[in-house]
Amino acid sequence: MSKILKSALLGTALTAATATSVLAEGVELEVTHWWTSGGEAAAVSKFAEAWNATGNTWIDGAIAGSGGTARPIIISRILGGDPMAATQLNHGRQAEELIEAGLLLDLTDVAEAGGWADIVNPSSLLDACTLDGKIYCVPVNIHSAQWIWLSHAAYENAGLDVPTDWHEFVASAPALEEAGTLPLAMGQQGWQQNIAFGAITLAVAGQDAWDEVNINKNADAARGPEYTAAFEAVAAARAFAADSNVQDWNLATNMVITGAAGAQIMGDWAQGEFAVAEQVEGEDYSCLPGLGLNPVIDTGGDAFYFPVNDDPEITAAQKELAALLISPEAQVAFNLAKGSLPVRGDIDLSAANGCMQKGLEILANGGVLPSGDISFSQDTTLQIEDLMAQFWSSDMSAADAQAAYAQLIEDAD
Amino acid sequence: MTVASDPPTHSQKRPRRLFKNWMAKLASLPMILTALVVFVGGTAWTVTYSFTGSRMLPKTNWVGFDQYERLWSTDRWIISIKNLAIYGGCSMILTLLIGFTLAACLDRKIRFESAFRSIFLYPFALSFVVTGLAWQWILNPDFGLQSVVRDWGWTSFNFDPLNNPDIVIFGLLIAGIWQGSGLIMCIMLAGLRGIDEDIWKATKVDGISTIKTYVVVIIPMMRPVFITALVLIASGIIKLYDLVVAQTGGGPGLSSEVPAKYVIEYMFRAQNLGQGFAASTMMLCSVVIILIPWAYLEFGGRKRG
Repeated sequence: MSKILKSALLGTALTAATATSVLAEGVELEVTHWWTSGGEAAAVSKFAEAWNATGNTWIDGAIAGSGGTARPIIISRILGGDPMAATQLNHGRQAEELIEAGLLLDLTDVAEAGGWADIVNPSSLLDACTLDGKIYCVPVNIHSAQWIWLSHAAYENAGLDVPTDWHEFVASAPALEEAGTLPLAMGQQGWQQNIAFGAITLAVAGQDAWDEVNINKNADAARGPEYTAAFEAVAAARAFAADSNVQDWNLATNMVITGAAGAQIMGDWAQGEFAVAEQVEGEDYSCLPGLGLNPVIDTGGDAFYFPVNDDPEITAAQKELAALLISPEAQVAFNLAKGSLPVRGDIDLSAANGCMQKGLEILANGGVLPSGDISFSQDTTLQIEDLMAQFWSSDMSAADAQAAYAQLIEDAD
Repeated sequence: MTVASDPPTHSQKRPRRLFKNWMAKLASLPMILTALVVFVGGTAWTVTYSFTGSRMLPKTNWVGFDQYERLWSTDRWIISIKNLAIYGGCSMILTLLIGFTLAACLDRKIRFESAFRSIFLYPFALSFVVTGLAWQWILNPDFGLQSVVRDWGWTSFNFDPLNNPDIVIFGLLIAGIWQGSGLIMCIMLAGLRGIDEDIWKATKVDGISTIKTYVVVIIPMMRPVFITALVLIASGIIKLYDLVVAQTGGGPGLSSEVPAKYVIEYMFRAQNLGQGFAASTMMLCSVVIILIPWAYLEFGGRKRG
């Protein structure tokens, strides 16, 4: 079929539509990203304000839709020879081939001048930007996925104490069900189910087994007894979420907010929903990083990449912007608005709420993991998500799912 | 379309020589080139690269049939194929049936015919994305059809296809038929209007009932119209993508996935071009398998007749 042609045409159309002109005074940089929800847009405007304050101009190229929609557009523009000046991507392996093709700007000199190696915490974030000893991206924030969010209203209604770890949650689930509350809210989409799977595995199988599978890609470990226990725990969680008939993650979070569901396993971006609903951490809801068992969080997040440009003026401005994004002031302003953790450990975030403080403390103690974006290629990630989507929505046995999962780990590249 | 509107009277005096009517041939050259380069060339390129291990960028590291082996051992692809078969079969039969029935009703010279025609055709003016979203809301158990019927007093009424993996494909089918049957109705109506009044008079004289006239006389006469309708419906089925994305996103789980969505997601989300190309090549094969026997019957048959 002519799918390639379509993408080529799309690229051409975008090229024509977004041609920008450079004015003499200051430099205009077009920055593409997919931060379009309320809190995200507020956060990115902090970067834009900081950049405009330097006398340059930030041209906002927000692409509506999630990363899945925006990423192909961004990549096709870079490949099509009409690069933007800077673009958001998730750091990790998404840009690997673009770097290999020489399409992204080498930022090593900026990083050395700014001493990034010393200030970026955890250092794995910078590793994710590094290929063959050269640095190609600026990490700007940290998002982690190993959180369970608990509704105080649901537990009060059932006459129970709010659990403090996963095992207590499992024990409380039948009582919640009796009180007519759904124990676990779960959006029926592969990526959400994969987040829940990852968080439960980390808590139940322990970090050693998790590392062996996710970092060393050891399929035997994925077939081992720790993972058998983890898959059985996920199968139990599936039963708790059996009546959850929502699709989007924020609708599932809303069930926790209203007390219709007891808990949700979701990344720290769920905080934004609680904040919008004016709920208070510790009173209306609780958050448990690492499901309360294993206080480690992964360090996924966003980073900015700078496509190679012919114009030396723009290249200089790109490097200036790279240094600005990681500066203490920009980091504080951006991350407070976004609800994510900053990438440097030397700044003051006392204004952050309880859940963010928990995350900061874990970061300070070094309880960090590489994120899925860093360990696995997009291809493997999608295959695992497909498996999870199938597992959570059917009555597939834990043993079958484990076997299929181990096979994917074995084939992972 | 071309098949249906081909006027048979001109076939007698077809010009034999290559350069006769050269102006017309020159004028059609751009279209011929587009067809060759874009369609044939693009297809050949896709098929070729489906035998490589291309990731984000097309590369020529040949891997033989690896991509196809992986494709056919992937549950998601098998589910997608089954879904398309169910959707395709039901959609083909129901759209034709509903389209023809509506057209036949309108053709009975009823009052306000043009108003009804507009109402039935109106859904076709909506894109699949809007259709999908609208039906997602209508079929939402808390706000849509189910809650309305329950509010009327039938409290045990249960109709929640979009959250039930076993019947979610029928939720898509409802939306697809709602959107597509209006167009088929219009095509059928045009076909019915092309039937000579004398045929009706003749069947009246012979005392044949109206329904029997439709089935035995009118439908066989409308063969070209039916073929046009079939081609339109079939291409719509193979392309099925945006409706699924808007209405269910492939969920719950993988239960409403379709092949086109597999192709797009593996090409762009998974950044695995080779796998996406292999899947789109299989889609092409399925079209060709249906098309070739049909073309043989259609064009081979005409020569004999």
